[in-house]
Amino acid sequence: MKPSAFDYHAPRSLGETLEILAGAGPHGKVLAGGQSLIPLLNMRLAAPSHLVDINRVAALDTVSVEEGGVRVGALARHAAVERSSSVARAQPLLRAALKLVAHPVIRNRGTVVGSLVHADPSAELPAVLTVLDGSVRLARHAGPVREVPAAAFFTGPLESAVEPGELAVSAFFPSLPPRTGSAFCEVARRHGDYAMAGAAAVVSLDEDLRIASARVACVSVGPVPVLLDVSEVCAHRPAASVDWAAVARDVRDRIDPEGDIHATAAYRRHLTGVLAERALRIAAQEAADERAEETSHG
Amino acid sequence: MGEALHEITLTVNGVLREAKVPGRRLLSDCLRRELGLTGTHVGCEHGVCGCCTVLLDGAPVRSCLTFAVSVDGHEITTVEGLSGPDGSLSPVQRAFSECHALQCGFCTPGFLCSATALLRDNPSPTDDEVVEGISGNLGRCTGYQNIVKAVHRAAELMGDEA
Repeated sequence: MKPSAFDYHAPRSLGETLEILAGAGPHGKVLAGGQSLIPLLNMRLAAPSHLVDINRVAALDTVSVEEGGVRVGALARHAAVERSSSVARAQPLLRAALKLVAHPVIRNRGTVVGSLVHADPSAELPAVLTVLDGSVRLARHAGPVREVPAAAFFTGPLESAVEPGELAVSAFFPSLPPRTGSAFCEVARRHGDYAMAGAAAVVSLDEDLRIASARVACVSVGPVPVLLDVSEVCAHRPAASVDWAAVARDVRDRIDPEGDIHATAAYRRHLTGVLAERALRIAAQEAADERAEETSHG
Repeated sequence: MGEALHEITLTVNGVLREAKVPGRRLLSDCLRRELGLTGTHVGCEHGVCGCCTVLLDGAPVRSCLTFAVSVDGHEITTVEGLSGPDGSLSPVQRAFSECHALQCGFCTPGFLCSATALLRDNPSPTDDEVVEGISGNLGRCTGYQNIVKAVHRAAELMGDEA
């Protein structure tokens, strides 16, 4: 299995990258980590005539904790983001999810933004961006920069809002507000495989430790990450008295997974209910712990 | 018109090597074909088996999911570069031999590279850390028990030498 021939471009700056992408139009493909793209090229499921390798564009190799969240540049590897303690403090869900992305060797090369642009509905990072209401910044030559929110970014299986000629330059993962916890739970046939089902959860508590809002983004149950707000079912109760079985039932009722050789639709539905409940309960506990810490320090 | 060739320079196992490759040449194929280093094995060619794992600037990566031209100017260590200049086996290689952690040997170069990097970053890993560290490598001859034992044994050998 070898890729078909392409014209190889190795720009050294963002401006040069955007110019080449503009020229290549629909025939251009961006290469960053390549951990999803190169298998597709090797199997000839993709055969772009122009490959634009951004590995020499140092300006894109950035991870920064900014006001209100974490911004990850297009060339930041999974491993770099996973290991960053400042990222883990600003947005702990990133590290939790990254540990579930493939294997360490893949994460040494793969990029966070690449995982988003690849837009696999079974992947962890699209669900994380979705549940956090994050966004992806897109740039093009001689055109405006677009900041696309997660809800509009994932448009179908392996399809994103990135248009021909555009480059996803960075992604923004907002920090959690106070008294808020998060968790990621999944079940895969083998650790590192794409999950049969999984859920990224974010839960916020009010001053009295009652659940103010609860959201999950579910993987592998639709063409894009499926975002569900279950705040109403949590009925503004403290986590200990929430009817969690009703929450799981609500999740099961609102998804429409498909079956494949790894899991039937019914099993996937069941798993998603269990995993959403589990992730929500962990997130609620984390929010309560954070609240306790705040009180003891305050 | 033939395919455009790119001149690249790689530091492979400490030696500066030059090659002319088309853009689509995988690093695994460049190592084996242009540079004659056939220790790097090619199994699945889509990133699943881990047999082609090499160290890129010290970090283990899949050479079948990397284009040679992408890593122009970088340092590569293959299984041929793990032993000493006199051919003496590295602690990881000795441990694999001692613990019978290989049978047919096809997966071994990948395991050796992954384990070498794992122990450099974490000189005394727990069982779980060893399993996580080698989780990206598949072996089909036998179980993984002896491979896990060998990684622990290598940690001991490296500790003794330190």
